[in-house]
Amino acid sequence: MERFRTFLASDFFYAFKRAPVAIVSFCIAAFMILTAILAPLIAPTNPFDPSTLNLMNGFTAPFSKNDFTGDHFLLGTDDQGRDVFSTILYGLRISLFVGFSAVLFAMVLGVSLGLLAAMTGGRTDAIIMRIADVQLSFPAILIAMLVFGIAKGITPPELRNEVAVWVLIISIGLADWVQFARVVRGAAMVERQKEYVEAAMLIGRGRVAIALKHILPNILASVLVIATISLALAIITEATLSFLGVGAPPTQPSLGTLIRIGQGFLFSGEWWILLFPALTLLMLALSVNLLGDWLRNTLNPKMEK
Amino acid sequence: MSLLEIRNLKITYPDRHGEFTAVRDLSLSLERGEVLGIVGESGAGKSTVGNAIMGLLQSPGRISAGEIEFDGIRLDTLGEEAMRQLRGKRVAMIFQDPMTSLNPLLTIEDQLVETIELHLKMDASSARKRAVELLDQVGIADADMRITQYPHEFSGGMRQRVVIALALCAEPDLVIADEPTTALDVSIQAQILELLKRLCRDRDMGMILVTHDMGVISETADRVAVMCRGELVELGSTQQITQNPKEEYTKILIAAVPPSNKRIERFVRVEQDAKIKLESKHSNDVLTDYWDRLSGSGSENGASREGRLDQPILKVQGLNKIFSSRSGFLAAKGADTHAVKDVSFEVMAGETFGIVGESGSGKSTISRLITGIHPLTSGTIEYDGIDISRKSSDRDEMRRRRQIQMIFQDPFSSLNPRMRVGDIICEPMLVNNLVKSRAEAMNIAEALIGMVELDADATRRFPHAFSGGQRQRISIARALASKPRFLICDEPTSALDVSIQAQILNLLKDLQSKLGLTLLFISHDLPVIRQMCDRIAVMRLGEIVELAPAENIFTTAQHTYTQDLIAAMPRFEQA
Repeated sequence: MERFRTFLASDFFYAFKRAPVAIVSFCIAAFMILTAILAPLIAPTNPFDPSTLNLMNGFTAPFSKNDFTGDHFLLGTDDQGRDVFSTILYGLRISLFVGFSAVLFAMVLGVSLGLLAAMTGGRTDAIIMRIADVQLSFPAILIAMLVFGIAKGITPPELRNEVAVWVLIISIGLADWVQFARVVRGAAMVERQKEYVEAAMLIGRGRVAIALKHILPNILASVLVIATISLALAIITEATLSFLGVGAPPTQPSLGTLIRIGQGFLFSGEWWILLFPALTLLMLALSVNLLGDWLRNTLNPKMEK
Repeated sequence: MSLLEIRNLKITYPDRHGEFTAVRDLSLSLERGEVLGIVGESGAGKSTVGNAIMGLLQSPGRISAGEIEFDGIRLDTLGEEAMRQLRGKRVAMIFQDPMTSLNPLLTIEDQLVETIELHLKMDASSARKRAVELLDQVGIADADMRITQYPHEFSGGMRQRVVIALALCAEPDLVIADEPTTALDVSIQAQILELLKRLCRDRDMGMILVTHDMGVISETADRVAVMCRGELVELGSTQQITQNPKEEYTKILIAAVPPSNKRIERFVRVEQDAKIKLESKHSNDVLTDYWDRLSGSGSENGASREGRLDQPILKVQGLNKIFSSRSGFLAAKGADTHAVKDVSFEVMAGETFGIVGESGSGKSTISRLITGIHPLTSGTIEYDGIDISRKSSDRDEMRRRRQIQMIFQDPFSSLNPRMRVGDIICEPMLVNNLVKSRAEAMNIAEALIGMVELDADATRRFPHAFSGGQRQRISIARALASKPRFLICDEPTSALDVSIQAQILNLLKDLQSKLGLTLLFISHDLPVIRQMCDRIAVMRLGEIVELAPAENIFTTAQHTYTQDLIAAMPRFEQA
């Protein structure tokens, strides 16, 4: 409670209150995360339970009644009669799950490697950072596809659909850790020069303890900023992979998969199957991105004064 | 009519908590050919006054009342465009840091000639001639050649001369010098002050010298304005202010300046916060118990100051440190820096040993070598009879090393901003298993906080809630937590105001006699060194040029470099 009150009085919250863009994007992102978590409760139908599907409901236009069954669907249905609104809620769930997990993975990997590079220096530092440089010269999506392809090759076919989401998380995470490692290394090297680190060395703290207890808390702000921006990127990468057909399987469709399915119907006039998932993705990525931008500006050490 | 007339000036900064008044009801005047010193501690509003005259108040600061009149022109109501015409041409400014006030990508010629062409409406060739003349006047030898060089080819003092030349090139009537020598070494400071004074007299221009340094003021200014928390405390001739101050605050400020001409036992106590509870009986007991236990279990007891003065506790022999600029493999190899060259000295138990030198003399490097933060290149360091220059896995030996602790220069970076003060002070006890429980450590931390004269509830707050002086006290408490016998003070007061400096120096003296500490005191400030040290080593470019008892250094220095340093030190003498 006391912590919450300090937070409400902090400069950070004060800046937040005065930034309409931040408030709006925070609300949209929070709303989408909430609906994704609560999807099973909110969604009118479970689109992946074949017993509830009625092929007669296929291609119902949004905001109108189906001619045959008289059923009503908010955002229409696809070719198999699945409610688009429900598939979006479930797709959002997968997209966000993959996004958050991938960023978490990338963050743990990148922060550890970045700290290791900054604290040891010399050869270890050089090797880690050269790997990072090499990886940066490939597009992230290519790396993710490469990892995804290898993983697909080594997993037995009957398990493929089950592990697909996890493979997706690992491939996006491996493509994204470089950002974390670079920022953390830079920030940690600045912190390492400060006298409080020397004081900790004098006390007899080991290098690991100094890195985790003294340096890490002081660079968390930059990590948070990168994490937010990476979240938007990870969601888009996932959507791209799924759109290309190498990501989430049709049995567990993410927003990207939905867009891929929808684009097949675009020219036959069933625009809603594509448009609504695409709009959802746009709003999600945009709000997270704007939030990340605002965070970066607000937590910028130059503006802290 | 005066050159500059400030009447009832009030400058405010609106912020989210209301409005902060930086300068309140200030009235001053300045004549041509006069140097007016504005002196005060940090936060006194002295720089704000300078910036207001230049029309360079940082947003959202504004002049909310009063007038600034310069040669009949009202500056406070002048528009930005008209102000820009005046700035540089009739009113010029010299900034603190010569390293950042010149553009590193342009030659001196580019920067000077452009300014002269702009303000004096000259053509390029006569502007260049004028620029060379100016550089010559500010004492840059071989000006015709050096004008083609870039700023990085000049030393700090030379750059400040260039900055002064730049400020003077349009022949301004008024110059505002904001801490013009604070970033420079003493020997250069004296030359720059002499130059400024001479230029003022010769050109009949007025100068406002903003500084925190009483020594600088007493050497340079004709009249002095003393400011405190935005208000003018006292205004008078330099003679009157330094010898016979009327106001209480001025007296306190002057008493806190370490006199350059003699050694005093203690600084006059400046009581700023009466709320501070001096060490209570209870906390004293906690500390005594703790320290007694440490002495019993660890190595032998630190005896009284008198008994052990003749025994060396630290022996440094043939110490060398070369910083290699090569970093990691595949990186280009650059030039090495020989920071410490063949340094040998001994520190006796219980004494205060001083190392003095200008920036780059290697004095801070020595402290990092003794504490093992940097590995040394060659030589030996013996502490209490044991070689501590190599890494060791021996627990007992590592514990001995804990007896060497350090107080750092910058109180703003020496405390982890994400840790509570209590945790900062507890850390050494917990890491080295000196206490049984966290609660016990916290008890001792509170006692230590009392010992350095802070409120006990300080332990629950974060470092940012404290001022520079208070942070330095916290830093001292942390150093004392592992019961050191040897304390290294690396410029412990150079980031602090004089009155705070006096408090910290007093505290260090008290702690030394109470705990029998040995101090290694590193500073560039000769008067401070004189107040603190028994013996002094003078360093220059990595070497010790002279080592002698403190009084001998100041009265009968042998080496010419020492003599030069002492001649250049700002005089501020006490009767």
